[in-house]
Amino acid sequence: MTPDPRPVTSDIDQVFRTESRRVLATLIRLLGDFDLAEEALQDAFTAAVERWPRDGVPANPRAWLISTGRFKAIDGLRRRARFDDSLGAIADQLGDGTTAPHELDDESVEDDRLRLIFTCCHPALPPDAQIALTLREVCGLTTEEIARAFLSPAPTLAQRIVRAKGKIKAAKIPYQVPTRAELPERLASVLHTIYLVFNEGYSASSGASLTRHDLSGEAIRLGRLLVELLPEPEALGLLALMLLHESRREARTSAEGEVVLLDDQERTRWNREMIAEGVALVERAMRSRQFGPYTLQAAIAAVHAEAPSGAETDWSEIVGLYDVLLRADPSPVIELNRAAAIAMRDGPIAGLRLIDGLFSRGELGAYALAHSARAELCRRLGWTDQAIDSFRTALALTSQEPQRRFIERRLSELSARRRHPAPEGM
Amino acid sequence: MKYLCLIYENEREWESKSPAESEAIMGEYFTFTEDIQKNGKYVSGEALQPTPTATTVRVRNGKVSTTDGPFAETKEQLGGFYLIEAKDLNDAIQVAAKIPSARWGTVEVRPVVDFSADAAKREEATSARA
Repeated sequence: MTPDPRPVTSDIDQVFRTESRRVLATLIRLLGDFDLAEEALQDAFTAAVERWPRDGVPANPRAWLISTGRFKAIDGLRRRARFDDSLGAIADQLGDGTTAPHELDDESVEDDRLRLIFTCCHPALPPDAQIALTLREVCGLTTEEIARAFLSPAPTLAQRIVRAKGKIKAAKIPYQVPTRAELPERLASVLHTIYLVFNEGYSASSGASLTRHDLSGEAIRLGRLLVELLPEPEALGLLALMLLHESRREARTSAEGEVVLLDDQERTRWNREMIAEGVALVERAMRSRQFGPYTLQAAIAAVHAEAPSGAETDWSEIVGLYDVLLRADPSPVIELNRAAAIAMRDGPIAGLRLIDGLFSRGELGAYALAHSARAELCRRLGWTDQAIDSFRTALALTSQEPQRRFIERRLSELSARRRHPAPEGM
Repeated sequence: MKYLCLIYENEREWESKSPAESEAIMGEYFTFTEDIQKNGKYVSGEALQPTPTATTVRVRNGKVSTTDGPFAETKEQLGGFYLIEAKDLNDAIQVAAKIPSARWGTVEVRPVVDFSADAAKREEATSARA
């Protein structure tokens, strides 16, 4: 029996899924223009749908798509040049439309994917544009999908992407992997963008759903891609951090969609596979001795992930890691987290003192989680009135629906406690 | 491609500097300028008199209105500029990062519009009509 040489549409779909982003990244390099490359990508796949069922799938589908896309783009420019001279000049610059094999070897194509990531996350672009452009060009999400995930109107998102592409062209942001000297700043920008995407998915800043899984999944995919292309310690650290957070996804909301605090989570529902992968990545990053804030945060998450329960967590280790993190990346939010760890190690009063210290320095007054952390410590101490006050402040500051319901639940428990005081420890 | 590097810094800080400090900074500027002249990135550059010497001009409804001071009152003021020739934005950022004031002030990098293509086209159109 001879196999049917004619590919079915599903083969083309499969190639599209695995290759379209690579093909786009290389076409952007060859054509020097995002819009031209996107059009060429579409044309190349249209040609594949026409020709592959007739001629069979080429031996190297990726190279076929790139060469076809490039040829079609230049051909199109020449035809339009009859009406617009400037297009002719662009077409001339791009050559005769044939693609030399060395331009398509695996190494150049993988470099193109890195070039695309670094260009989309260029610090000369505004952060929200970096996110939109990365999801659009690197992940292949449609503008509508991105708009839905970020709860913004599609025209706003589209505008953002158009402006970013405009700036890339006008300011001549080059399509290149940064040099060693530029790498620290540029990598920080890429990691920050990926982390923002992850956080947007992990804890939506507003709206009814606490987790928008798709975005976290995209961020982890991006993190994996970056680690594969450029295994810098902090890239490993960020991927570890995302995996370790993601491992708790199932456990951090109840069946009714309510928030479950870390201490109350059913640890058997944590994803052990993700934890193992995350822990291995943290260890790899730590061994490099060139790690930074992402690796340290991942290390803290790893200590939690490996503890059998809240009480059996190595809180001294966590406090120690926060001390290092504060030196590397001082911020009031990290101080708050450290205060919560101190409260676990030395008791609620020690933590409370640190949080009140932050407030009296004028920090985090408008941060809901700071007030609810304070409220939790007061609640544990049996200081019902203070706990109620802080929870009320937190409630006024949060727009996140599950967070609101959690605080309201705590408030009604506390009011009941005030009416029927129970002995400490109940 | 040409980029204009606009140097913003707090001009008050210059007043509080000792002559030795000012001289050291000027020395750094001379070295920087020489360097970019040598590697062919320098097009031009000037230092500006402080903002009390600035005048802002607007024409509204055909009427000229002149006000004293810079366009915007900010903590940092435009103190000088370099016009440079750079391969692309990354190249321009590398040059801008070496401007001494980047360490305490701010350098804004702006790509310069290239009218040469338009000019060539206009010329062509004119000669076609002739």
